[in-house]
Amino acid sequence: MASWTLIDETRETRVEAEAAGGTPLLSPAALRTAFGFELKPEGLCKGDVCFPVRDRSALVRPGGTDLGTFADLLGRPLALDADERFAVLGASPMERAERLASLEAPDFTLPDLAGKLHSLSEQRGKKVLLIAYASW
Amino acid sequence: MPITVALDRNAEDPRPYIERARPTHPSLVDSEHVLADLYHIINVPTVVWIDEEGRMVRPNDSQFGTDTFVQFHGKHSAPFLAAVRAWVREGRGVMPVGQVRAQQLLPSRENQLARAEFTLAWHLHRAGRTQAAERHFLRAGELSPHDWTIRRGSMPIRGINPMGPEFFKLYEEWKAAGAPGYPVGSLEES
Repeated sequence: MASWTLIDETRETRVEAEAAGGTPLLSPAALRTAFGFELKPEGLCKGDVCFPVRDRSALVRPGGTDLGTFADLLGRPLALDADERFAVLGASPMERAERLASLEAPDFTLPDLAGKLHSLSEQRGKKVLLIAYASW
Repeated sequence: MPITVALDRNAEDPRPYIERARPTHPSLVDSEHVLADLYHIINVPTVVWIDEEGRMVRPNDSQFGTDTFVQFHGKHSAPFLAAVRAWVREGRGVMPVGQVRAQQLLPSRENQLARAEFTLAWHLHRAGRTQAAERHFLRAGELSPHDWTIRRGSMPIRGINPMGPEFFKLYEEWKAAGAPGYPVGSLEES
């Protein structure tokens, strides 16, 4: 067992895990802590949403749930550094594309310079000109 | 209501600009590129028009509030500022739904893997693993070569001057590739 830093989109957690072929194998507790998922009879579930699992033996190895197979099953990108034991589970391109194509502006919550949080949804009822820029 | 979001590594980088402008609108900092991921933002500045019901009525577009860098991009600010005023005052310039969809750029698998690689690199960097971070910043750039938020946005983190030779190299590469960006038509066409 070794310590892995796992990042779910932007949320970082540390869990103990074995690895096989450079990919961590997650215990049920690690899977829940890092990504909020549980393996149930109906599939891989987060809250009420379950993804069917066709080949359970490819997903769940003797040491735990294979993070690579898990990411593939969810259709989410996995960036991984086996030497550093860091991995990021990114956002699904299909989910992002569908959300944008719905034309409903995705809500977000971000801090201002003072650290105060603001959400897009607070501006409902007003036109919003959203401007992304950078100092670079 | 304008909402401005700085895709910078921390609050200190945009602070001088924000403090000078003294905005009364929400002026936010997105060090984790949450907005870039949600809206598939690949360059700055990017503007999106959102109506009173929270619907996007114009897709991502590169538009500028000033003419400071017009020599690099060729887009003058005046038509954009006039279009925004006409939208706010008279509701003009709203695209039909089909047109917004047709002019949206949507993320590919490579774009999203690139964002995951960028996030990995950024977390590694902050953990003090700068050499490992550099590998993943480069991988992110290879996967999504025309995403400026990755390729130029990573420069300050990596100790590279984002206004220096590396920028001009990137700019020439981008021009040679046909200046790829959002597929939105000009403001005058809509």
